[in-house]
Amino acid sequence: MFYAMMLPAVILLVINNYIPMLGIIIAFKTINYQDGILGSPWSGMKNFEYLFASKDSYIIIRNTLLYNSLFIVLNLGLPLAFALMLNEMKNRFLSKLHQTIMFLPYFLSMIVISYLVYGFLSDERGYFNGTLLPAMGLEPVRWYFTKEVWPVILPIINTWKNMGYYTVVYMAAIIGIDEEYYEAATIDGANKWQQMKKITIPLITPVITIMTLLQIGKIFNADFGLFFQVPRESGALFPVTNVIDTYVYRTFLTVGDIGLSSAAGLFQSVVGFVLVFVSNWIVRRINPENALF
Amino acid sequence: MAKPTSELISGSNSKNQISGRASVLINTFFVIYSALCILPLLLIISVSLSDEQSVMTHGYRFLPANFNLAAYKFLIKDIDQIVHSYGISIAVTVTGTILSVIVIALYAYPISRSNFPQAKFFTFFVFLTMLISGGLVPWYLVYVQMLDLRDTLWSLIMPLIMSAFWVLIMRTFFKETVPEAVLESAKIDGAGELRIFIRIVLPLSLPVLATVALFQTLTYWNDWFLSLVFITDNHNISVQYFMYKMMVNIQYLSSNPNAMAEITRAGGMVNFPSETVRMAMVVVGVGPIIFAYPFFQKYFIKGLTVGSVKG
Repeated sequence: MFYAMMLPAVILLVINNYIPMLGIIIAFKTINYQDGILGSPWSGMKNFEYLFASKDSYIIIRNTLLYNSLFIVLNLGLPLAFALMLNEMKNRFLSKLHQTIMFLPYFLSMIVISYLVYGFLSDERGYFNGTLLPAMGLEPVRWYFTKEVWPVILPIINTWKNMGYYTVVYMAAIIGIDEEYYEAATIDGANKWQQMKKITIPLITPVITIMTLLQIGKIFNADFGLFFQVPRESGALFPVTNVIDTYVYRTFLTVGDIGLSSAAGLFQSVVGFVLVFVSNWIVRRINPENALF
Repeated sequence: MAKPTSELISGSNSKNQISGRASVLINTFFVIYSALCILPLLLIISVSLSDEQSVMTHGYRFLPANFNLAAYKFLIKDIDQIVHSYGISIAVTVTGTILSVIVIALYAYPISRSNFPQAKFFTFFVFLTMLISGGLVPWYLVYVQMLDLRDTLWSLIMPLIMSAFWVLIMRTFFKETVPEAVLESAKIDGAGELRIFIRIVLPLSLPVLATVALFQTLTYWNDWFLSLVFITDNHNISVQYFMYKMMVNIQYLSSNPNAMAEITRAGGMVNFPSETVRMAMVVVGVGPIIFAYPFFQKYFIKGLTVGSVKG
């Protein structure tokens, strides 16, 4: 009976995950459509050599890693600070209200967000160029052609979108802490700051670790929507917006280079896999309780 | 001097409160941050309600310049496409969410049972998919070449039904909330596994089922990637993808004078209120989420608490 219950899921996992895993051989082949995937000739490491010889590979790896590292730091630090502050807010109603409002961006799709960003950054009529900058006596900026500003814009958008989610996760963990710890600490004369450092932070460390581990595991997977939709595919921005995911998509569905695209995809998958294991191993060494597996 | 404990618990102890000034600072800070979360949407709504000409000359403003419903009137002309896209989005979201909850629960239950000998293997079978993937290309070829699902609604539903993450969360929930003894006694009374699952396990697990349903609803409704990859004909266009296409098409037209001229020659309308219509479309697309979200987020918060139970 158990097997019958699990059958639909197993079929889906095989289709979505396991057959494509076998498909990594495409990365080692020169695909032509007459012979099909299995019949096409082997090309050894050619696709990889080509990938790493191009200057794209450096850019996409750098962008993916730097952005994601920054995102991890921001997704940890700011929501944690927000949760701690919200927890101190005396007015419970206001605290709930702010949580509700902060959660709003999380519900919007990247398409909608790309429109919102366009509303601010569009060349002639965007809020910045059309209203704000002239009012301050500044020259308009051609945002979608100025690559220097995007390493700032993208982290802001990412943080803005996810802030509510992470704040609530940390809030939930903080609320779960037994009040007695704080009562005891207060009797011992600990002030707020000491309580935070000695009680709150240590007790929510498991949640922090798991949230961070999950993100480190995906450090080689960029948020495709953020890097594809929000910069509106502006070629001038590719040096700062092209990441592995957008590169794989473009080389495959726009350029049509199956081999190169699969090689990049496989590289991404392998490095991501190694990173999960390494970070999990490190956490396990420090405190096995906090490890993911 | 020690105060009575009852007072400590009620929180009236001055030592356990932050200072008045800090409190004012925190409150001000959050008012500003909350404003930043809403303002971008207000900008879009304001533009959609403005007169195209004044948007063209004055740019986007937070207060509608020359209040005007032209953009919405224009969209109503295209109402068939919008209704159709809404239909697609709703159909995909509802079907996908229902299938998701069923499939995930049916898989999570056996691996939560300690008397199922293969539980470990099947847990790993699903966990592995969180760690390794074949990448976009082989996955795409499976859907397009092996299954030939391009341009079907199944291509928008199937890839998102299974989620390893929710399987593991659900398994933990089943393990912790449903006592083995209850299952044992049901078995002794002669109930089959499926019956036990439907009659006992599911009713006890409503919080986690609701959580998965909520998150999957959001995932399906907001998905545009599957449309981008799999949908080539204009028939199966969801709301999100419609917005994306609109953005791309207008961008193409405005950066390509020849195309504009071509359309005018063919008798098409070029002089439509493009800026305001675009923003009106976003308002139409965002609509249901905005109305559902205050209700949603309450349960989301509960769901995240369920989710933070370690797997």
